[in-house]
Amino acid sequence: MQNLLNRISPQTLRLLVLIAVIVLLLLFFSTQIENYLNGRLFNRISSSMAIMALIATGQTLVILTRNIDLSVGSVIGFAAFATGDMIASYPTLNPIVLLTYSALIGAGFGMVNGLLVAYVRVPSIIVTLASMAIYRSFLVEFSGAKSITTEQLPQWLTDFPNYQVFVIGDMQFRAGFCAAAVVVLIVHLALTRLRPARQLFAVGSNPEAAEMAGIDSQRVVFTAFVFSGLMAGLAGFMFLARFGNITVVAGLGFELNSVASAVVGGVNIFGGSGTVIGAFLGTILVDLLQTSLVRWQIVSEFWREAVLGAMILISVAADTVLNRRLTAIRAARAHRIALERKAATP
Amino acid sequence: MMKHLRSWEVFLLCVLIFIIVVSSVVSPEFLTVANQIDLFQLSIEKVIVALVMTFIIINAEIDLSVGSMMGLSACAFGWLYQQGVDARLAIAICLAIGVVGGAVNGWFITALGLPSLVVTLATLIAYRGLARVLVEDRGINGFPDWFNALGQEGFVGPIPFALIVFAILFVILYIVLERTGFGRKTYVIGSNRDVAEFAGIDTRRHKMILFIASGVISAFAGLLYASRVGAIRGDVAFGFELDIITIVLLGGVSIFGGSGTLIGTGLPS
Repeated sequence: MQNLLNRISPQTLRLLVLIAVIVLLLLFFSTQIENYLNGRLFNRISSSMAIMALIATGQTLVILTRNIDLSVGSVIGFAAFATGDMIASYPTLNPIVLLTYSALIGAGFGMVNGLLVAYVRVPSIIVTLASMAIYRSFLVEFSGAKSITTEQLPQWLTDFPNYQVFVIGDMQFRAGFCAAAVVVLIVHLALTRLRPARQLFAVGSNPEAAEMAGIDSQRVVFTAFVFSGLMAGLAGFMFLARFGNITVVAGLGFELNSVASAVVGGVNIFGGSGTVIGAFLGTILVDLLQTSLVRWQIVSEFWREAVLGAMILISVAADTVLNRRLTAIRAARAHRIALERKAATP
Repeated sequence: MMKHLRSWEVFLLCVLIFIIVVSSVVSPEFLTVANQIDLFQLSIEKVIVALVMTFIIINAEIDLSVGSMMGLSACAFGWLYQQGVDARLAIAICLAIGVVGGAVNGWFITALGLPSLVVTLATLIAYRGLARVLVEDRGINGFPDWFNALGQEGFVGPIPFALIVFAILFVILYIVLERTGFGRKTYVIGSNRDVAEFAGIDTRRHKMILFIASGVISAFAGLLYASRVGAIRGDVAFGFELDIITIVLLGGVSIFGGSGTLIGTGLPS
């Protein structure tokens, strides 16, 4: 047991615990709901979590640097509307151009946030709280009280989220989910392997030490916000493709959901530690819970939010307590080994 | 840190002035007294909660659950009243719910040492969920006349009840913050918690008190909202937490400056 604990890093342990919780929940609900564990459940959750997975990834990077981005919901709304407006006006536009357009809108908004947080040094919660309202009012202004409807969109766009990349049994791996999974995987590899991405962790765990080590922490924070905006822009594109009907309330409330997903996934809200894979699993967990509670006969569907809130609280509390224990055990072990070595040397 | 704070205040002040100037240019009516009272009355519940939120933010914590607590308290009142509970008893129960809700936040934050942002984000969702469990998708109205009158008519002359509550609370909290040990401790803990611990301040107890106060005042503000609107639904006060924090951050300018023009925060709202 001790050996096992030693070999698994706290991060990996967290992921394993998350997977265990997801499996337990699946088993629990399968005893409660008829026809629960089947391909349709997978299809439902995989297609509804894809959008949130993208934002949670961006949010994770921002949280790693000890900041928070509350404007993502408004960015999604604006990007979805503007992209829909663009394709409705120019129906022959190339898909790649359209995707780039959406991503650039998001990155532009993220850049404004990043400039204010990193270089003007206004606290991120204030900047993004304000920009959440400002971007939303841009959307209201831009839309002129009109909305985008599915009929205005070309066939390829509305078909995109349901396009099946490959199928295993009943489980369809649809394009939206696959795209999100690929993005998460790329970001994960970058975060664990690339030097510039490691700077995010350095800045988040100790900004002063990072500065002294020669890291341009302002640029790192700025980049994190641009990335979060970019992800929100991509999510806006997916939102448009999935729902088709875009009104001024598109993406409302996504910001808190993305923070919740990241935090449930073990991303430390104080910065410096966390993985995007964890955030991805957190998104699955939150989505699984929401989808399943709606179908659970015993409790009324109105319990959904109450249970979700309690879940977040419990998972964070358990995570913190467990982690503290683990750190203490490791420290005690290291101390003991050091003492033994000292005793062994004559 | 201080330098950092000062530039932030200046920035906010500039934004505030900009908004006031633009609003009064766009609409000449904006700066009239009647309009100011109207604007202020529409956000009075938020401003009352913002008073306590000020303490919490000075204390370097945050309470995101206030909007949901307002909703929970209003919905609990509506539900209890519908079950035939006397309105006065229902009010007392709602305030008790506020105490419990605040204590739950406080317990997770002080006993387990979890970040308040996460704890209150979770209870933001949970308390809203409980509110929805109570009233589901119904609307409840038909409260007793005296209860509605409290929010809709003048209490002393034309001055509404909520405004009087605000004024009293404002004076009390101003004195507590500026003239008592409790208020000084709030600043000390906020600027450096470790130093506060070494100086022998029971920071856990202090934070616990603040979160319970936040819960009970939010519950009270939820009742004020119910009485002003005269009806409740599951989404009462939805999203108010961000408005309230914005009010505090804008009002924070004057509070750090030591002058009590928290009323100025009614302007941009």
